[in-house]
Amino acid sequence: MSEVIVITSGKGGVGKTTTSANVGTGLAMLGEKVVLIDTDIGLRNLDVVMGLENRIVYNLVDVVEGNCRMKQALIKDKRYPDLFLLPSAQTRDKSSVTPGQMRKLVEDLREDFDYILLDCPAGIEQGFKNAIAGADRAFVVTTPEVSAIRDADRIIGLLEANEITKTDLIVNRIRMDMVRRGDMMSIEDVTDILGIPVIGAVPDDEEIVISTNQGEPLVGMNSFSGQAYLNICRRILGQEVPLMELERSRGFFTRFTGFLKRA
Amino acid sequence: MSKINLFEILTKRNSGDIAKKRLQFLLITDRTGCTPEILELIKDDMIKAISKYMEIDAKGLEVKITQMEALEGSDRLPVLYASIPIRTLLTKGTYL
Repeated sequence: MSEVIVITSGKGGVGKTTTSANVGTGLAMLGEKVVLIDTDIGLRNLDVVMGLENRIVYNLVDVVEGNCRMKQALIKDKRYPDLFLLPSAQTRDKSSVTPGQMRKLVEDLREDFDYILLDCPAGIEQGFKNAIAGADRAFVVTTPEVSAIRDADRIIGLLEANEITKTDLIVNRIRMDMVRRGDMMSIEDVTDILGIPVIGAVPDDEEIVISTNQGEPLVGMNSFSGQAYLNICRRILGQEVPLMELERSRGFFTRFTGFLKRA
Repeated sequence: MSKINLFEILTKRNSGDIAKKRLQFLLITDRTGCTPEILELIKDDMIKAISKYMEIDAKGLEVKITQMEALEGSDRLPVLYASIPIRTLLTKGTYL
């Protein structure tokens, strides 16, 4: 049975595309057949984060308009045999596609894939409506900031109104050092406010910038964020994975030396 | 490493808590769809209605939406809270 997941946030720049790329790649790594769909028509980015920008021939709008067959537009990721990308169109706008067309496109892909991941554009307008149209469940990405959480709350309400009841939260860019000194909301604070289950917590990590520079998703790699993304994928597959201990246990000695360094 | 002096440590606010408190209030108004403009209209109408019966301090009147404490097994409901300072009671009958 295939599952269609939309990755959304409301606010821009909180990490939807990075999350889509890493969760999609991670699921493929774990042996699932995955297609990633960039639904941000006019501002496509998932192709560059995936490092597949030079291989685009046809795009989502071409498929919807019947200019090509689905198979022609899907880009096969050479790193994993079962990972595909359906890129968005760069020279068109959100009104080129309707929610009905998106629903049909997703339905057609269900036969061939285990997971269909939709990378949603920022905002709550047409692009958002298109992206959520065919989704079974949603991941709401937020950062521990007032503006991102406010937008996430609005998105959760809109998802409910559109009868997407299975909604999980991904708290992105957590800085444990700041949480520890009380200058950043903790994962518990965020879930307390938003009231939906957390499927993942990803630390703020320089490695993400490096991976995006290279066009190589870092899921599964030996970094905190790489492991956090892999944990999300395992939870999607139904495995019980506890939230990663982002805060490494600090003994008295490290705390003491840390204090000396600061002073 | 940044230098943190005693003054900074003693006066430092927990901005994470500030963020959480601000969000809690913000989301109540967002969720109920009650904008500050609507609150202002409610406030004006309240002043008009109450002024028929007593003299109130319109400037000191405060209206806000907060959240009620959760009752057993139910969701927390929003509550319209109004604080209205009274100057003089006009209903002379009770206070001669």
